[in-house]
Amino acid sequence: MAEHILLRHRDIPDIHELDVYLSNGGFDALKLVVQKKTPQDVIDIVRESGLRGRGGAGFPAGVKWGFLPQGVFPRYVVANADESEPGTFKDREIMERNPFQFLEGVAICSYAAQAKLAYIYCRGEFWDLAHELESHIAELRKEKLLGRKLFGKDFSLDIRVHLGAGAYICGEETALLESMEGKLGQPRLRPPFPAAEGLYGQPTVVNNVETLTNVPPIINRGANWYNSIGTKESTGPKVFSLSGNVERPGNYELPLGTTFRKLIFEHGGGIPNGRSIKAILPAGASAPILPATKKVLDTGMDYESLRKIGSDLGSGSVIVVDDSVNIAWLAQKITSFFKHESCGKCTPCREGTYWMSRIFENLENGKATSEDIDLLDSVAQSIVGKCLCALGDFAAAQVVSDIARFRSDFDARAKDGK
Amino acid sequence: MSQALVSLTIDGVEVTVPVGTKIVDAAKQAGIEIPVFCYHPKLESVGMCRQCLVEIGRPKIDRSTRKIVRDKNGDPVIEFGPKLETSCTTPVGEGWVVLVNSERAIEGRRQVIELILTSHPLDCPICDKGGECPLQNMTMAHGPGKSRFLYEDKMHLAKHVPLGDLIFLDRERCIQCARCIRFQTEIVDDPVIAFSERGRKLEIVTLSEPGFASYFSGNTTDICPVGALTTADFRFGARPWELNATASICPHCAVGCNTMLNTRREARSQGRVVIKRVMPRQNEAVNEIWLCDKGRFAHHFASSEERLARPVIKLKRRGRLTATTWENAVKFVVEGLQAAHGAVLGIAGGRASNEDLYALHRLMDGLGGRAVLHDQMAGGEFVQQAGVGPGTNLADLGSGDCILVVASDLHEEAPIWWLRVKQAAERGAKLIVANARPTRLDAHATHILRYDYGVAAHMILGMLHEINHQKELDQYASAETKKVAKVVSKANNVVVFYGSEGLDYAASHDLAQNCATLLAASGHVGRANNGLVAVWTHSNTQGAWDMGVHPEPGGLAAALKGQKAAYVVAADPAGDEPLLTSLLEQVDFLIVQGLFLTETALAADVVLPAQSFVERDGTYTNGMRRVQRFFPAIAPNEGMRADWEILSAVAAAMGIDSARPSAAAVMQDIAAKNRDYSEVNYPALSRNASQWPHVGGKDIYFGGTAHPNHQGLGVQLTPRVERQKDISFDWAAPRKIAHKPRYLMVPITKLYDRGTTVVQSQVLGPRLEILRLYVNPEDAERLGMIDEGEVEVQWDGRKQRLRSVIDEHVPSGAVLVPRSLGVPLATAVDVKIRPIAL
Amino acid sequence: MLADKHKSEIKAILKKYPAKEKRSAVMPLLFLAQREYGHITPAALVEVAELLELDPTEVGSLIGFYTLLHDEAAGKYRIQICTDLPCALRGAEELAKRLCANLGIRLGGTMTNGLITVEEVMCLAGCDKAPTLQVQDADGIHYHENQTLGSAMELIAELMEKGSDG
Ligand SMILES: Cc1cc2nc3c(=O)[nH]c(=O)nc-3n(C[C@H](O)[C@H](O)[C@H](O)COP(=O)(O)O)c2cc1C
Ligand code: SF4
Ligand code: FES
Repeated sequence: MAEHILLRHRDIPDIHELDVYLSNGGFDALKLVVQKKTPQDVIDIVRESGLRGRGGAGFPAGVKWGFLPQGVFPRYVVANADESEPGTFKDREIMERNPFQFLEGVAICSYAAQAKLAYIYCRGEFWDLAHELESHIAELRKEKLLGRKLFGKDFSLDIRVHLGAGAYICGEETALLESMEGKLGQPRLRPPFPAAEGLYGQPTVVNNVETLTNVPPIINRGANWYNSIGTKESTGPKVFSLSGNVERPGNYELPLGTTFRKLIFEHGGGIPNGRSIKAILPAGASAPILPATKKVLDTGMDYESLRKIGSDLGSGSVIVVDDSVNIAWLAQKITSFFKHESCGKCTPCREGTYWMSRIFENLENGKATSEDIDLLDSVAQSIVGKCLCALGDFAAAQVVSDIARFRSDFDARAKDGK
Repeated sequence: MSQALVSLTIDGVEVTVPVGTKIVDAAKQAGIEIPVFCYHPKLESVGMCRQCLVEIGRPKIDRSTRKIVRDKNGDPVIEFGPKLETSCTTPVGEGWVVLVNSERAIEGRRQVIELILTSHPLDCPICDKGGECPLQNMTMAHGPGKSRFLYEDKMHLAKHVPLGDLIFLDRERCIQCARCIRFQTEIVDDPVIAFSERGRKLEIVTLSEPGFASYFSGNTTDICPVGALTTADFRFGARPWELNATASICPHCAVGCNTMLNTRREARSQGRVVIKRVMPRQNEAVNEIWLCDKGRFAHHFASSEERLARPVIKLKRRGRLTATTWENAVKFVVEGLQAAHGAVLGIAGGRASNEDLYALHRLMDGLGGRAVLHDQMAGGEFVQQAGVGPGTNLADLGSGDCILVVASDLHEEAPIWWLRVKQAAERGAKLIVANARPTRLDAHATHILRYDYGVAAHMILGMLHEINHQKELDQYASAETKKVAKVVSKANNVVVFYGSEGLDYAASHDLAQNCATLLAASGHVGRANNGLVAVWTHSNTQGAWDMGVHPEPGGLAAALKGQKAAYVVAADPAGDEPLLTSLLEQVDFLIVQGLFLTETALAADVVLPAQSFVERDGTYTNGMRRVQRFFPAIAPNEGMRADWEILSAVAAAMGIDSARPSAAAVMQDIAAKNRDYSEVNYPALSRNASQWPHVGGKDIYFGGTAHPNHQGLGVQLTPRVERQKDISFDWAAPRKIAHKPRYLMVPITKLYDRGTTVVQSQVLGPRLEILRLYVNPEDAERLGMIDEGEVEVQWDGRKQRLRSVIDEHVPSGAVLVPRSLGVPLATAVDVKIRPIAL
Repeated sequence: MLADKHKSEIKAILKKYPAKEKRSAVMPLLFLAQREYGHITPAALVEVAELLELDPTEVGSLIGFYTLLHDEAAGKYRIQICTDLPCALRGAEELAKRLCANLGIRLGGTMTNGLITVEEVMCLAGCDKAPTLQVQDADGIHYHENQTLGSAMELIAELMEKGSDG
């Protein structure tokens, strides 16, 4: 793609400076909606654009905004900047390099939601970034792009940054809200969904950073322009985070539906050290592994196509695995990640990730047999579909798919611990 | 109130339940058990243990027409989701088909229980919960035969972690259901335990000082579905199946919680039967399934080694006490009483049962004397007239209703009422808390009123003014009283709790009278969930009033004037008030019935050992005027008799009355004589009805180990306004406060005092209050006092040295001293305070 | 006392949240306490609880849940190396191991000078510039990407110099 819509700093390097952003049409979209459009208009445009959440679940943003219950105030907008999925580093680049587009997106979303207060929940590790964002927000206040009665209209807004303190689960939207309220970041029961009862029990829109960054261009250029990019059901551009055994890891902004092959070989420069590609994790640790077959490599990266081949797009973080890697080692790595990050609230995830980890340890120490791999598989199967939030399912689906698709790697590890 | 209903089928059984009912409860009502761990009917659903998974089928809806799709027979097409769902979080839906015992659901739950067991030790034989453990039961019923998880792979954790003085945690046994944490946060607002860490390391911690010291902590051991939480009192004390259970009523406060006494013969106690633990017994109108820790842990006095075991007499005043037979003792009593020629005074305490009090009253009547209550708080007659009537349940109060609490610190005086009032406020009831100082209930109040100690009754008149607009009341009205009076008059239902903090007999009388008048004037008497409740200091004070035994305005000192004999039952006036000792010694003949050799007993001519409430039967009438029965749990020592029995024997010997054969017979007399009690008899008191939630039975995991109530819910008395339409209420012009003392020393109530019934608890020791004088910071400065310094207080010609604590919650001009800790103070007095230089 | 020393910062933190919801300020205040004292001391915990009208249990229970909060003392600089999958695929585990060997400590251990602790952490969202590490100290948290053993040792040398100065 010639022009960057989200990673605009790649075309205009200084766009993180407010005057540069403004001179490139920055905050025109906010001004337009505040002065000329009703909140419902904005919701409609975003719905028509087909924009789907970029945080992982791919839920249509406009539809979510439409769920806010009538007449209940105050409402809040919370931008999910917890970005902790292994292999995901797109929100960070957006916020570091193109922060004002993101902040404008937050503001437009707040207008649509009629929220006067928006929070950005940054993972605690983004300490420096959070402080930068705060100073950007201070600039916006100074320029009267945030504050009372924006653009002479009856719309007031402030944006504040909240820092997490190290917990992957806080990316899950209800755990995030609990955490923001000063509690353990453990997911809440859903329903009620945050749109109905979110932060402080009030209607709340939670969206991913990238999702919100899509909003200003949608307003500026229209829903039709937007849904002409990507596939029919997965519209628009997507920032893919490419990592692992690949020549040029990094973020790549490409239309949804771009093939793995194109991302990995054309943009990412292929596999280094003369190795060949073995497998792909299309969504960090959170979606089933895919063997790098021709069919898989030629599959478009969009929500529907990936589901069809037995995985998920998630947040679009593609981890490339070369043929030197034993998948049982990889599965152990991911399982210990989930064991470490399980919030502990629900039984299957808490106990299941622990049990699986123990089997992996035995496998590593040469204390396990092929039967233990069957046990591992059965433990994983018994977690599936029973957890309170998706983390447990992520953990189980990983192991199930790893075993199903790379059983021989497990057997090899059972034999020699490698 | 009619509620919309929903019909669905659960395992083929058609059930119809109110909208919003959770599937798990609907199933329960249809007799279908769904195993649960984290779910508890008294707590918000969290759906975290995932044990209650079921299959749910919903009628298929056509997206375009939004109508139910039907098959060719016209039956709705049912669609089942891809996942099992938690029945504890899902409210029922019309036409749903729920499968609890389908293969898929059973397999799903089996997997979850297997996962739970990966961490849980299989040490049932040495676990306190063994025999009443939901996890044990469920593993038997639904679990895998043997573990696929290797024992050596288990996480090994600390097994005897004291969370506080009363509760221990076994970290290995905890299954992280959070029932205890949620109970502490949601129900009792004492978030002193919480989860820390995460994943498999998730653990219960307390970082509070002094740890898990909530007044309700024992309840967490009931609702813990495994043996992770145990009480310091019972842990490793006995196995549940060795225990006998006897229904009882808690003797510690005016709430009258229903309890079950678990007893066992014990070698350590020379083969005697002893109380091993006190458990809550369900009575949804009284204590639901809860108990406060005092009720649970202060039972040891009953089995004390110091109990009186044989009658003793003193032949000459100040002579030696000599043991004698009951026959002799009664003869001796009869002679003494005869010699008094009618100049006799009965003195009773509010812990005596209705039967005892009636018998005392009857005896005194027959002798031409009278019986009085050793107490300072008045107003029982207004509770008789305008008390809350049949059908009352604080659980019914909520939005649109109002509760007024005046001159009482409910959290300390009647913890379960505090809890239930708080919950009513959370359901939307307006809560007005009026007291001279802040109390814990303030946190839940919609309106807080402050007044100077002593003028509570004036404040109520201010409110009354807003309703009856009488000119004489102008002087009491203020913007505040106006505002809260509006809240009262607008409310659908109003309950008033009045106490006596800082009030003497006269002032509490006025307060009760004015509260009753306010209730009547605003139309809040004579209906369920409306009326006056007295926060008495003892379990049966209301019963005493009902039996015609009440305090007199001048107190015991006045009543004792000119008396030749005194007969003390279940009271220790000399212990409470040393000044009374000489007055008691001045009567020619002093008879004392009781459990212990108290100060009063030491002054007596005859001391008669009484049975405690655990050794006999009888009834108490609680502050809401519910008459409730307790049963003998332990065979008494042969030398002890029930109070009523002794009194009845004396009356018979004196030809006043024939001896009564049983407590039940005494109750028949009461019913015959006392119109209010005409419906009361032992069979009626033993009636019960089905209650929700179901507790006990084989599904103990559902409500915890609280006992079901098969022994009776008691009888709620009808207030007189409901019967006598001509009762009218008038307000009492409050007495003028003569002068405002510089410093008023006010006795306040603390739950864990050092009264005889509490101090003997083997486990409450470290939790007992310490005697301190609480002083406001400004007063302290003016007096030159330091925190934790020593002061001398002087009042009524007495002097005492005390440690002082500076506390901003103390109103200025007042100093507070907890009752029953060593300062003999019945009511507020003028004091002089002098700091003692170090 | 935090309340005296950081009055304006505490005020600013509290101002971020609706007045009724000051519990939200608990994590920022714990960060503040941690920067002040190196870790969250029992006294600091009580202090934060008082500021927010919470029970110390409600405050302290958070520390174990969140990996960036610490209730135990460690080195003045916590070097946190990501060894999660994407970084591991690019040699992070090896780097962590060799770094520790060079410093003569085990993973999770602290150098005897009390300045440097090396810990493993999960994904830091720096996978394209793996290996990635962050340094947590009194100033907050800072990223260092594209690390080699050499660059990491250099960084540690700088920190040790800085740390022993003040
Ligand atoms: C375990 C777990 C972790 C998640 N982590 C993140 C995250 O780091 N960032 C994010 O934006 N969404 C994350 N999500 C998704 C959020 O729950 C939520 O769907 C998202 O913030 C909604 O925004 P969107 O619709 O714009 O994607 C996570 C979900 C789960 C179950
Ligand atoms: S699935 Fe895991 S992370 Fe999610 S609620 Fe359950 S325990 Fe917590
Ligand atoms: S999830 Fe339903 S009982 Fe625990």
